[in-house]
Amino acid sequence: MKEFLMIALGVLVFVVIFQIAKASEYVSVLKGEAKTRKQNNKINAFFLLGFLVFGLIGVWYCNELYYGKTLFPQGSASVEGEEIDRMLLITIAITGFVFVITQALLFWFSFKYQEQDNRKALYFAHSNKLELIWTIVPAITMMVLVVFGLKAWFKITGDAPKDSIVVEVTGHQFAWEFRYPGADKVLGKKNYKLTTAKNNLGVDFDDPASHDDIHVNTTMHIPVGVPVKMVIHSQDVIHDVGLPHFRLKMDAVPGIPTTQWFTPKITTADMKKKTGNPDFTYEISCDQLCGANHFAMRGVIIVETMEEYKKWLAEQTSEYSTLFPAKVPTQNVADSAKLVTQVLPQKK
Amino acid sequence: MSSVATVHHEDVHGSHDSHHEHHHHETFISKYIFSQDHKMIAKQFLVTGIIWAIIGGLFSVIFRLQLGYPEATFPWLEDLLGHWAAGGKLKPEFYYALVTMHGTILVFFVLTAGLSGTFANFLIPLQVGARDMASPMLNMLSYWFFFLSSIIMFSSLFVQTGPASGGWTIYPPLSALGEASSGAKIGMDLWLVSMAMFIVSALLGGLNYITTILNMRTKGMSMTRLPLTVWALFFTAVLGVLSFPVLLSGAILLLFDRNLGTSFFLSDIVVAGKILPNEGGSAILFQHLFWFLGHPEVYIILLPAMGMSSEIISINSRKPIFGYMAMVGSIFAIAILAFLVWAHHMFVTGLNPFLGSVFVLLTLLIAVPSAIKVFNWLTTLWKANIRFTPGMLFAIGFVSLFISGGLTGIFLGNSALDLHLHDTYFVVAHFHIVMGVASMFGMFAGVYHWFPKMFGRFMNNTLAYIHFWVTLIGAYLIFWPMHYQGLAGMPRRYYDFSGWSSFNMFNGLNEFISFVAMIVFAAQFLFVYNFFYSMYKGRKVTDLNPWGANTLEWTTPLNPGHGNWPGEIPEVYRGAYDYAKDGKEFIPQTTPVGDDESKGH
Repeated sequence: MKEFLMIALGVLVFVVIFQIAKASEYVSVLKGEAKTRKQNNKINAFFLLGFLVFGLIGVWYCNELYYGKTLFPQGSASVEGEEIDRMLLITIAITGFVFVITQALLFWFSFKYQEQDNRKALYFAHSNKLELIWTIVPAITMMVLVVFGLKAWFKITGDAPKDSIVVEVTGHQFAWEFRYPGADKVLGKKNYKLTTAKNNLGVDFDDPASHDDIHVNTTMHIPVGVPVKMVIHSQDVIHDVGLPHFRLKMDAVPGIPTTQWFTPKITTADMKKKTGNPDFTYEISCDQLCGANHFAMRGVIIVETMEEYKKWLAEQTSEYSTLFPAKVPTQNVADSAKLVTQVLPQKK
Repeated sequence: MSSVATVHHEDVHGSHDSHHEHHHHETFISKYIFSQDHKMIAKQFLVTGIIWAIIGGLFSVIFRLQLGYPEATFPWLEDLLGHWAAGGKLKPEFYYALVTMHGTILVFFVLTAGLSGTFANFLIPLQVGARDMASPMLNMLSYWFFFLSSIIMFSSLFVQTGPASGGWTIYPPLSALGEASSGAKIGMDLWLVSMAMFIVSALLGGLNYITTILNMRTKGMSMTRLPLTVWALFFTAVLGVLSFPVLLSGAILLLFDRNLGTSFFLSDIVVAGKILPNEGGSAILFQHLFWFLGHPEVYIILLPAMGMSSEIISINSRKPIFGYMAMVGSIFAIAILAFLVWAHHMFVTGLNPFLGSVFVLLTLLIAVPSAIKVFNWLTTLWKANIRFTPGMLFAIGFVSLFISGGLTGIFLGNSALDLHLHDTYFVVAHFHIVMGVASMFGMFAGVYHWFPKMFGRFMNNTLAYIHFWVTLIGAYLIFWPMHYQGLAGMPRRYYDFSGWSSFNMFNGLNEFISFVAMIVFAAQFLFVYNFFYSMYKGRKVTDLNPWGANTLEWTTPLNPGHGNWPGEIPEVYRGAYDYAKDGKEFIPQTTPVGDDESKGH
């Protein structure tokens, strides 16, 4: 019933508008077309000016409402993301300036030079000087943006520092899984043909390097202040490791591993204090459409202090020992966990 | 024009001039269906485009309902969509199908076929002074391949496993593996076949447009005297002819991967617990093939709107377009650059960073010809004497939207910023403003402006003004706040944000956007009604040249028949933009240059 009323109301509004429109045509015939046209011209010119004024107020108001909800007030959670934030500010400043000037000119000229009986349009077909100005100025501005942008780009996409912690990230419909290389700092080989229900990442356990590898689901732990290098895989379709708080993202492509690295600088606990949000979580969003549950492909990153990280790592058991408990003396696992804590970089 | 000898009753709306000229018998079928008259084919493209636009727009309203009211149920949705909306709640799979079809329909069927198909067909012969296209037969086939493509795409909406749902970019492996999503079953094959037909249509049309412009200009119509619409449509056709075949190759390889067991795009895949034998393919290869069309496609959509806006702004400013040669040059520069920037859609695919940097440079270079165009439009308005016809208002709206959306392109083209903004709502805002809404504005401008030439009647001004203001304000209200969602990292193509602590703070805004989107969609029916009503009942055109324009289409009789000019084809003596010259309001292209005339361009 409610829907029916809504539809009836909508139809009624349309009928009213159509009747007004029809009537306006008769009125214009009565009044004389020239007169109606002039009147319409004035009204629309005035509206265009109003649109400029209210539009700019609207832009300001929108910023008031939503700036606080973007990620900028809380700052970048990674060292690399600071470059991106800086770049963003430069770009906003330049484009914002151009935006206001050009929109203001567009609507102001429209209003100012509306048709009037006593005005004649100026015959002004071209001017090489003017055209040269608005070729060269944008070209120089763009070069500035390119130079700043590429400086940040090459830094971020360059090789990860040697002391980076390596974590393998694997996406599949619709979850994230992580593998840590263990004490030997080498990830065991994988072969997708070895995938089974239990060994769901297809790890080749004939490779001894795989024996101390740790496999966890959904939640990834990393220490603050140390570069983390993600080696990214996908098992089925293309996914994307989206890290909005760290200002990064990288596709996960089946058959073609990709990498991305960053240095987290604020722990989850500190971020909770900083944002005043006790539920704050660093989330990994899948940013490449991957199927029906794409919107629910959520991962979590816990950034913690080095001590907490070491403690967490020590509590994990290797995937090999979980899958083949008979083959591994329990002692080994404990040893390797101890080893991990020793070889990890000590810098704070 | 006597109406005595009405031989065929279907000729009532037409003119008899052509009839006397050619003496061929036009039946209903040869005149309205398998017509070879470019003007009728243009109208066929336009009407089909309008129908598609309503369908595509409706889809966006339905998925915006889900985004704006994620908790609510709409029982009528179940009546409409059946099991895809069981209990009145849209299923995620079908949400993605709607998103995919919305993109496909709007990009290809409305803004490629509906926009450039309509206006290239209608305006090129009329504005270059030709009786028809170089090959009317191929032109007719172009429409019918489009129609066939439309039928196939439409039928894919009704297959049991649903239409394609992998996004309009149909990246494999998602689009290649039926196990990965139900939209990648038969719906995807239909999508690919439909697109292949569409590409045939685009090529037949494009080759025709290029040939006509190069070979069939009337006497005196040198290339530098062409109206900017024709220049824009020319480069649009060149872009289409050179880039659509690349998508065709991608589509065919994808069909092979799907149905014949090849591995062009597949490697190392375990899907739904099944280990696939495919090895050695590259999923990224498809993206290169796709975006080699996909990026020029953006300009295929945008250039006709630019050309028409230039023309309409100049006419209604009663001033020459400022910097004609610079306008042509910037279209040319955009067309060249359009081919050299495709990988800026792929900055986060693991692209070689050095290669990425080259694409950054070339992408930001596009800002230069774009800036030239914007400032030239602004200078055209400066010291003008502007008449705000509905066409002019939409052209001004186009410029405003092109500025707003173009500037955000500077963010996304810069790879470092793209790392943060890629595939967020910032991108949605950017391309909807600059390519979607701006081009729709160009299309509306064109329809309002050339309607009198198409149908010999005017559209209703009051309805047009309401349509313009609701659409302009609505478009900004919908898409402007989305930039903020993007800056918050909110990913696009999410069915529901409620499970995320990072993105669930925009519920109120999402509801607002959905609400405005419904109003704007409803307002489009003012246009649809106005269009069809005015076709039969609109105020009749009495003045052959109602806008006081210089170009040749206004020298044809009212309702010109097949062949356009009853007598000789007009000869051209000057460029299309001699407005306000030597104290005259306008000087049509057919007016010879007087002895005492000052030198123009």
